[in-house]
Amino acid sequence: MTAAPPVTKAPVIKARGVGRVLPGPVPVTLLDGIDLSIGEGEFVAITGPSGSGKSSLLYLLGLLDRPTSGSILLDGRDTARADAAELAGLRLVKLGFVFQFHFLLPEFTVLGNVMIPMRKLGGGSDAELRRRAEGLLEDLGLGDQMTKLPTQLSGGQRQRVAIARALANRPRVILADEPTGNLDTKSAQTVFDIFARLARETGTTVITVTHDEGLAAQTNRRVQLVDGRLVTHKS
Amino acid sequence: MARPLLLDLALTHILGRKRQTIVSVLGVALGVGFFIAMAALMQGFQGYFIETVINASPHITVRDQFREPAVQPVAMAFEGGAVLLHGLKPREEVRGIRKAGTMVSDLSDWPGLSVAPSLDGPVILRYGSTDRSVVAIGIDPEREVHVTQLEDDMIQGSLTDLSSTATGIVMGLGLANKLGAKLGDSLNAISPAGVILRVKIVGLFRTGVSSLDEGQAYILLKKAQILQSRANVINQLRIRLTEVDAAREVAARIEALYGYRSESWQEANEGVFGVFKIQNSIMYSTVGAIMVVAAFGIYNIISTVVYEKSRDIAILKSIGLTERDIRRTFLMQGLMIGMIGAVLGWMIGLGLTALLSTIRFDVGNAVRNDRFFLAWSLTHYWIGALFSLSASVVAAWIPARRAAGANPVDIIRGAA
Repeated sequence: MTAAPPVTKAPVIKARGVGRVLPGPVPVTLLDGIDLSIGEGEFVAITGPSGSGKSSLLYLLGLLDRPTSGSILLDGRDTARADAAELAGLRLVKLGFVFQFHFLLPEFTVLGNVMIPMRKLGGGSDAELRRRAEGLLEDLGLGDQMTKLPTQLSGGQRQRVAIARALANRPRVILADEPTGNLDTKSAQTVFDIFARLARETGTTVITVTHDEGLAAQTNRRVQLVDGRLVTHKS
Repeated sequence: MARPLLLDLALTHILGRKRQTIVSVLGVALGVGFFIAMAALMQGFQGYFIETVINASPHITVRDQFREPAVQPVAMAFEGGAVLLHGLKPREEVRGIRKAGTMVSDLSDWPGLSVAPSLDGPVILRYGSTDRSVVAIGIDPEREVHVTQLEDDMIQGSLTDLSSTATGIVMGLGLANKLGAKLGDSLNAISPAGVILRVKIVGLFRTGVSSLDEGQAYILLKKAQILQSRANVINQLRIRLTEVDAAREVAARIEALYGYRSESWQEANEGVFGVFKIQNSIMYSTVGAIMVVAAFGIYNIISTVVYEKSRDIAILKSIGLTERDIRRTFLMQGLMIGMIGAVLGWMIGLGLTALLSTIRFDVGNAVRNDRFFLAWSLTHYWIGALFSLSASVVAAWIPARRAAGANPVDIIRGAA
């Protein structure tokens, strides 16, 4: 990773009056009137009690789901009218996901998993992509695990592979949904250290959902949700 | 790793379920293989039959008949008017082709065409106490050898022996057997005109078409005219073409020119070709049924993979693979099964056909055909492949669409 660029606060992701209602005989409001602006290189924790809509907000910000009202702006572009294929393209180029469960493809090696997003995007020969993936894995301390299958790794290692995969196409934003939920304290700390370093050194925006107060305290901004509404918005 | 990503994913999926994949592939392969063997068998038989018909009988037969009834003078007088005639008694005309001699010499000048005049009529052949009613065809042996390949079907004697033995008769082996007569025997021919002629068997033939072998006999044209009391009459022109498939057009041209009913071999055997069509559609529906079963196998394996791999699908979509990518991944799996199945099916088909070709029937020496007639045609192989590929794509399409439409958020929430 290169030297630290100055942390600018140009908004990368912006939510404008975002609401999400689950349709049905009795509609359920997951989120209501969310206004949120997150800048480049910010490390943000979304916290709140379970059922408060943390993950829902993350999926909306990550363009995996569509809001029923309001809109999400990514790098200043309104995504409300983008079709499914365009959203997939934006996810591929600008976003990277880490979930509570690692979701690595069990038949692919560690290296193979990290290369999947690269191969989809292209932009380099196979050897170049492989070198980049190897670089990422080495950077995350997995240099000696590259040819192993995910089942041969520990939980913490798997989650680091998942992070490497999320970083594969040098995204603007990493979105993490309870990334430490299945990890022991030490591994959880490692994951958060990686996130902090990413935000600081590469200007990647990191948005993570967590209910671990100790970890949330290590971020530089906390967004708290209660019953689908934003409570505090302190920097 | 140089494989495209989607192909890589598709391969991973079907290799992960080897046993099911093999069963699906075998289902397709058996369908394709059976189709190829059946098609070879059926087309071989049909081809053999057509060839037999073409060789044994003339390509075009011109008869002393008209397709339309004669136009009455009153209808000519009031052309286009509504004419109703009661109690009409058509004029009795001398039957036979008029100016047949000129027609024969005219037609002989047409390129690629041989023509032979003949007079056929019913006679009863009596040998001892056995009677057989047959069609006696009076021919000109020198011309006749050019219009049918009867000469090739002779097993005893020759058509030209008719010329040297004035009262000779050539008949099918089947007929001779029914009469209990053999080469050299003399028998009586009795015509409806009441003429009785003593004839001697100078030749026996076997065409393989039983209506010919048991119902026809050849005598000299002159003798036939005497037997039928129709001096100088010719009621049939038998024509052979070098271009067999042109028979329909040539027949139409002759009919337009001379007015007499000209029947091509295709028209004469239309009933049989209808049966062939039914045979072929039975074959195609049988193969279709096998393919439907095979398609269910493919549907089953791909549905299972879609269900099992729903998490992978969700993560791939979150990474940025489009719905189209996901759909393609699963369609490719169907296609792979279809393609491998088709190639394997080709081999099964080839093997089955080879096996069929070695089978010999022990039918005694009365019949020449002791084996299957098999047609080797590349078309069958392509049709088989087309069958299997379309079945597999259709079968894969439904689960592939379901996978593509899956909502990653639901799956990720469910898995967490």
